[in-house]
Amino acid sequence: MEMINIKIDNKDIKVAPGTTVLDAAKSVGIKIPTLCYLHLHDFNITNKPAGCRICVVEVKGRRNLAPACATDCYEGMEVNTHNIRVLNSRKTVLELILSDHPTDCLICPKSGSCELQTLAQEMGIRQIEYQGEQSHYKEDTSPAIIRDVDKCIMCRRCEMMCNDVQTVGVLSAVNRGFMSVVAPAFEMNLDHSVCTYCGQCVAVCPTGALTEVDHTNQVIRALADPSKTVIVQTAPAVRVALGEEFGMEPGTRVTGKMVSALKNLGFDYVFDTDFAADLTIMEEGTELLDRITRHLKGDKTVKLPILTSCCPGWVNFFEHQFPEMSDIPSTARSPQQMFGAIAKTYFADKLGIKRENLVVVSIMPCLAKKYECQRDEFATNGNPDVDFAVSTRELAHLIKQANIDFNILPDQDFDKPMGESTGAAVIFGTTGGVIEAAARTAYEIFTGKTLEKVDFKQLRGMEWIREATVDFDGTPIKIGIAHGLGNARKLLQDIKDGKSEFHAIEIMACPGGCIGGGGQPLHHGDTSILMARQKAIYSEDSGKAIRKSHENPYIQTLYAEFLGKPMSEKAHHLLHTHYFDKSKPVEIDE
Amino acid sequence: MANIKISEQKVLQIEAICKEFNNEKGELINVLHKTQSLVGYLPAEVQEIISKNLNCSVAHVYGVVTFYSFFTMIPKGQFPISICMGTACYVRGAEKVLDEFKRILNVPVGQTTPDGKFSLSCLRCVGACGLAPVVMVGEKVYGRVSPDGVKDIIKEYKQA
Amino acid sequence: MTQFKMHLLVCGGTGCRASESEKLFHNLKHEILEKGLENEVQVITTGCFGFCEKGPIVKVMPDNTFYTQVKPEDAMEIIAEHVIKGRQVHRLLYVNPETEKHVADSKHMGFYRKQLRIALRNCGFIDPENIEEYISRDGYAALAKCLTEMTPAQVIEEMKKSGLRGRGGGGFPTGLKWEITSKSQSDQKYVVCNADEGDPGAFMDRSILEGDPHSVIEAMAICGYCIGASKGIVYIRAEYPLAVERLKIAMKQSVEFGLLGKNIFGTDFGFEIDIRYGAGAFVCGEETALIHSMEGLRGEPTIKPPFPSVSGYLEKPTNVNNVETFANVPVIINKGAEWFASIGSEKSKGTKVFALAGKINNVGLIEVPMGTTLRDIIFEIGGGIKDGKKFKAVQTGGPSGGCLTEKHLDIKIDFDSLTAAGSMMGSGGMIVLDEDDCMVSIAKFYLDFTVEESCGKCAPCRIGNKRLNEMLEKICDGKGTMKDLDLLRNLSHVIKDTSLCGLGQTSPNPVLSTMDNFYDEYLAHIVDHKCPSGQCKALLQYVIEAENCVGCTACARNCPVNAIAGERKGVHVIDQSTCIKCGACLEKCKFNAVFIK
Repeated sequence: MEMINIKIDNKDIKVAPGTTVLDAAKSVGIKIPTLCYLHLHDFNITNKPAGCRICVVEVKGRRNLAPACATDCYEGMEVNTHNIRVLNSRKTVLELILSDHPTDCLICPKSGSCELQTLAQEMGIRQIEYQGEQSHYKEDTSPAIIRDVDKCIMCRRCEMMCNDVQTVGVLSAVNRGFMSVVAPAFEMNLDHSVCTYCGQCVAVCPTGALTEVDHTNQVIRALADPSKTVIVQTAPAVRVALGEEFGMEPGTRVTGKMVSALKNLGFDYVFDTDFAADLTIMEEGTELLDRITRHLKGDKTVKLPILTSCCPGWVNFFEHQFPEMSDIPSTARSPQQMFGAIAKTYFADKLGIKRENLVVVSIMPCLAKKYECQRDEFATNGNPDVDFAVSTRELAHLIKQANIDFNILPDQDFDKPMGESTGAAVIFGTTGGVIEAAARTAYEIFTGKTLEKVDFKQLRGMEWIREATVDFDGTPIKIGIAHGLGNARKLLQDIKDGKSEFHAIEIMACPGGCIGGGGQPLHHGDTSILMARQKAIYSEDSGKAIRKSHENPYIQTLYAEFLGKPMSEKAHHLLHTHYFDKSKPVEIDE
Repeated sequence: MANIKISEQKVLQIEAICKEFNNEKGELINVLHKTQSLVGYLPAEVQEIISKNLNCSVAHVYGVVTFYSFFTMIPKGQFPISICMGTACYVRGAEKVLDEFKRILNVPVGQTTPDGKFSLSCLRCVGACGLAPVVMVGEKVYGRVSPDGVKDIIKEYKQA
Repeated sequence: MTQFKMHLLVCGGTGCRASESEKLFHNLKHEILEKGLENEVQVITTGCFGFCEKGPIVKVMPDNTFYTQVKPEDAMEIIAEHVIKGRQVHRLLYVNPETEKHVADSKHMGFYRKQLRIALRNCGFIDPENIEEYISRDGYAALAKCLTEMTPAQVIEEMKKSGLRGRGGGGFPTGLKWEITSKSQSDQKYVVCNADEGDPGAFMDRSILEGDPHSVIEAMAICGYCIGASKGIVYIRAEYPLAVERLKIAMKQSVEFGLLGKNIFGTDFGFEIDIRYGAGAFVCGEETALIHSMEGLRGEPTIKPPFPSVSGYLEKPTNVNNVETFANVPVIINKGAEWFASIGSEKSKGTKVFALAGKINNVGLIEVPMGTTLRDIIFEIGGGIKDGKKFKAVQTGGPSGGCLTEKHLDIKIDFDSLTAAGSMMGSGGMIVLDEDDCMVSIAKFYLDFTVEESCGKCAPCRIGNKRLNEMLEKICDGKGTMKDLDLLRNLSHVIKDTSLCGLGQTSPNPVLSTMDNFYDEYLAHIVDHKCPSGQCKALLQYVIEAENCVGCTACARNCPVNAIAGERKGVHVIDQSTCIKCGACLEKCKFNAVFIK
């Protein structure tokens, strides 16, 4: 390729055509500050409205300053990234942004991980010369997400995620000029909108404008209540990300330390959502096989493809946007809810306590889980199956609050019986994992043979939409995988148009699946972190003694002692659900 | 914002407008123009109907409606009063004229009087700079308006 | 036009219509019918004559009599005297304010003498709703010539040679723009006419569309031929109902005459035009914002490149020119690039239309060769300052421009000289200010506008202009400090340096130019807490001079807030805490007793 010669801060550089000044500078160790810019490399997602103007640089021969993120290099270009004109402009613009931003940093939920705060610190802002009116908006608290829009800096990242990536379309820039902000239509509350609570807006928000609803105080209160038995379940994706909050390398597996920390926090039993993931495979896998078998026998009434249903963001999405297709997804509840249902029946019985005195906490990489556990259908007499869903980030806060030095904790094992799981359950945490886990079990049940090679490599990866055919001993099973709701929409549209040839489709709302969930440690645009988490998930799987869900001995016991068999009436009652048409016009806030 | 119920017939008319523009998302602004001239303003309910028909999010519709000053979610008065705040009118005293309207009608710019009779807005240059300052009531243009003349203009419509 | 002996041209521009020119037109028609003259005398509505100050205008052809400020009730006299008896109606003729003599022929009026009308050539001459009148004045001859005698490359070459630069504000060479778009490869390209005139105080684009819509249609087709586009779109302000209507009529007629549509003049070239409406956003004058608006989006600009010439409307190559630019094109083709290039200054060729307004005697729409001095425009064409007041400044370029002073009056204005002087050509607004205008308030007026019109996308424009405006407000309120002046200047430069689009890149110009040229006035507000022109309410007090007050009670009776107390025939006093500083007392006092302190 023909290379372009440019000069940045008097350094001669050769770059490929199409390289931005920002990337060119980065390649020689010059870090130009950015704010609105977001580039999710592995997903090919870029947000560069060139709106914040923090990354401006001087380009010789150009009248005004150029935004480095959105300016391509050209032959002979001479760039200065830190002369007085540039620094003064950058500082003034940052002061302007701060002049329209609350300065309650000490008590802001984003304190310590706020990109605006970091920038102000790095640029040595000590006073804000330009003071004036601040823009104020209504605060909005939903079951999962809090919008404190006074802190919005119009970077538009959330708008991009909500519209371009997720195609949910709840958020848009609204108003004009000084009052412009990103908000739902009519500035209504999120819980009146078609928000799926996927939390991808929260995951990319550089400031405290979008944060999760914090349940840590309720958890602490429950732990302190002697009348309650408090148990906890941890989702698979949490163990490969939590370490980042304590300065560990992305991709560090901290399962044992996490269990220790939870025990130190005072949970009576530390269990694993993975146990319920194995249970999900039993139910969903059986349903899948049932539909496929009937289909192969020529039953025209059977609906195919079957869609996975363990992702609550995805469930919210189709309830709002494709309600007419709600008979296609599996009726299996998500692992979180299966866990809760079993805990408050089977396990409570075992302990001999009332469900009201058993508090189920889940640690989730996800914000939609907060909403999911509050759904009416997942409660008995007003008592929810899962009481609190806290995010990976919230767990890190809890650990820090409890003065626990996470890094030196010894490894400990999950408690029995609901802490035992297989490798199949672990991989639920990444895109492609649920369907691979299902395939491992379904293969053996369908063919009656032992699956020798459990790794279905063709189902793995980070491609937005993946297709693979799995050979069930002569019967080709066509599988589709999508992560990111925009990609899910494409597959759904194909089904709607009768063009889909898949038998089964796995859908995860978040890019990367749960490893990239809205409740995970913030990646600040570095997608290599997600890649490392994914790698860690697969290595956790391959290190497991048992790697097929139906071989989990505690699951076998559960069926023997309590449920009977998959899809039994009891299983149906406790482990399956139904969906609602939420497409009706929303109430407009008074 | 109240839940305004618009008539079934209006809904059909709005749907017809969308259809006239092939239900194309790119025609949103044209659709909004036509709908506003039909309904008089663009309440939330109307925006919902448009978003459904053009197959775009209602947030997008709202984002567009709130961007352009021509679109309004507040019903205009029976007699919409617009004061030209173009430069020519400004230097010839439009601000004083505006103040007088605000004082007499007792409403801020962008609002409608409680009786629904008058709404007050500013606009930028109607191109009658020779007559500055200029006030429009509906389609009628009043030129060389002085603060003194404001009450006479209002009087003209008070009885109507 | 030839079968009639006489034509009465009635101005149908928005300004004159606001003064009942439509009624006047109907009265004239009615009178002619009454008198049975309908086969000899024709009355037509034309576009704007430009002399809006003296509207409504009626021009009688062929004798070129120019009647001003004609009222509907004057129709009978014009018909009876002028049309039937051949005697001019003296009282309706223009009076030269200096000589106090009546002037019958517009050619001899100061207002028209130094003008040269190219873009406005047909405004006020033809009925814009009648394509035949346009054709009779060489209309569509240029299109015919291009399509049948010239290659697109030759036309572009001609445009480049003419030196025509974009009249919308940027001044980019039109021929070059066409050439770049012509070189972009695509199955579909678009010609866009920007008629979303948003500058508060400029109305030339509207006048052209109202008075001569075909010239724009013809030019768009020529542009389409050059760049390889079969589709044109006019993006027009929805607040311009008359322009829209006339444009629609013109488009319909062009289609009927085969001048739009397929196989124009029997060639392979086809061209059609659509209308899109703006919805009240000044920023949509910026081409990328305009394109987003046409696509049904928020009118937010995006960074260039890519330029619209490469990726514009629906991501296809798009050539955007404004109305006035297009209106020049047919003439250039007809009369030749050399003729056009012989007019104007070295780097700015041809003419420029200005909307001359403010504290000037002859408000109106004027067109002068580039290189005309501000002095000529203001004092010859404009007839000097209203009410004998003193000239203070002239603001050009609208919210993007600056204020020029006495010392700039002899600048030969063109794109470059105005920029060098700290202002802008902009779209051609020209507001004259007199001694009563406060320059800090004027800067604030423009910042009010910018704050309202900023799209909000980039931080410096969204927040910076708001802060500029707040500081100006503080100064006008007498609360400014010397430090504010430093902050104002720094912030102005940063906003210009860092804003995403032309709106923010120019919005501080009114602040900087007033600070440069009227620094003393800023100081007066800050240091002396005085507004020298008595405009800033917070800094002034209305007081009654006891010596002059005769106790007529006029002030007290007219005070809207009853702030003035005093017995009849006794000295009156204004209660400063109640006074809202409306100035009614000053206006009503016949004894010079009320003054501003």
